[in-house]
Amino acid sequence: MVDLPPFQQLLDVHGVDLHRFCVAQVGPDAGADCFQEAVMAALRAYPLLTNATNLRGWLFTIAHRKVLDHHRAVARRAVPVGTVPECGALPTPVDGDLWSAVATLPDKQRGAITLRYLADLSYAAIAAALDCTEGAARQNVRAGLASLRVAVTR
Amino acid sequence: MTADPIEEQLRHVDRDPIGASQVMAAAIARAEREGLVDVAYTITDTPIGPLLVAATEAGLVRVAFETEDLDQVLAGLAERIAPRVLASPARLDPVRRELDEYFHGRRQQFDVPLDWRLSSGFRRTVLEHLRADVPYGQTVSYGDLATMAGNPKAARAVGTAMATNPIPIVVPCHRVLRTGGNLGGYGGGLALKVALLHLESGAETLF
Repeated sequence: MVDLPPFQQLLDVHGVDLHRFCVAQVGPDAGADCFQEAVMAALRAYPLLTNATNLRGWLFTIAHRKVLDHHRAVARRAVPVGTVPECGALPTPVDGDLWSAVATLPDKQRGAITLRYLADLSYAAIAAALDCTEGAARQNVRAGLASLRVAVTR
Repeated sequence: MTADPIEEQLRHVDRDPIGASQVMAAAIARAEREGLVDVAYTITDTPIGPLLVAATEAGLVRVAFETEDLDQVLAGLAERIAPRVLASPARLDPVRRELDEYFHGRRQQFDVPLDWRLSSGFRRTVLEHLRADVPYGQTVSYGDLATMAGNPKAARAVGTAMATNPIPIVVPCHRVLRTGGNLGGYGGGLALKVALLHLESGAETLF
């Protein structure tokens, strides 16, 4: 048996960042929905957790999955157009120019940047959340930073 | 090595976006509707200070005074009942209302359902007798209560049952005194025990 802290403690410590992460990925309204879906999924799974060493990474992995679900649902509803933007839905900026530039990054770079700087996850945890190698996680963060540098100095 | 300004800026985001608290509250309300909250709790202000009250689906399971370490109390609930412990005040509305009436002298017994699971065996028997057989405004000795619970020699065990009462005030351990009228002890402090007895004696104003 693992000693799991009261779930409220997870919300108190990580909730604001988790919400922030969702908003940065899909905008305020869909972000609130993704956040809520993530919390419900986490609550369903919580009593069965056998490892409580990285609850923050676990929560962000779930939230990232809910963001992907959202993108898929948007893609299914989408009307065919000539050119397809790379990310499913352009989030509304949450923190001025820089975060609106984050919103325009390709999915993987945006995921890696938000997990790295909003969630403060390690590259190993980002790799787990994005289901890629640690090297690919690093590469996406690097590429995202490079794009942002160009975007904000433009 | 100088810090990358972009990285610095990414790290210094506003950590409290507008609407976060409403989003949290909405998520907790939905969790409650979907049956995902095993223990709901809130901290409620009363004339004797803040009280933590917690309920399962079955009923009120814990009342804790501010003098206890509330983080420890919550950790204990997560460990002994279930880890889905959430600050979901709606479930506690009935008990908050009854406590309010009690502290204002308008209620003599609590009607909210109780969940006894945090006490067991003889201790639980003692607490159930205390609740059923020692009415508002009366007191008993540890020995009397031991007799009521069917074991006249167990006054000491009765003391332990009082000291570990998970639902004080509602299960009225403040009505239990030492033989001869000495106050004995109280988890919320002796001054509080005296105040509760005074309230139940019909004093007009107390707090």
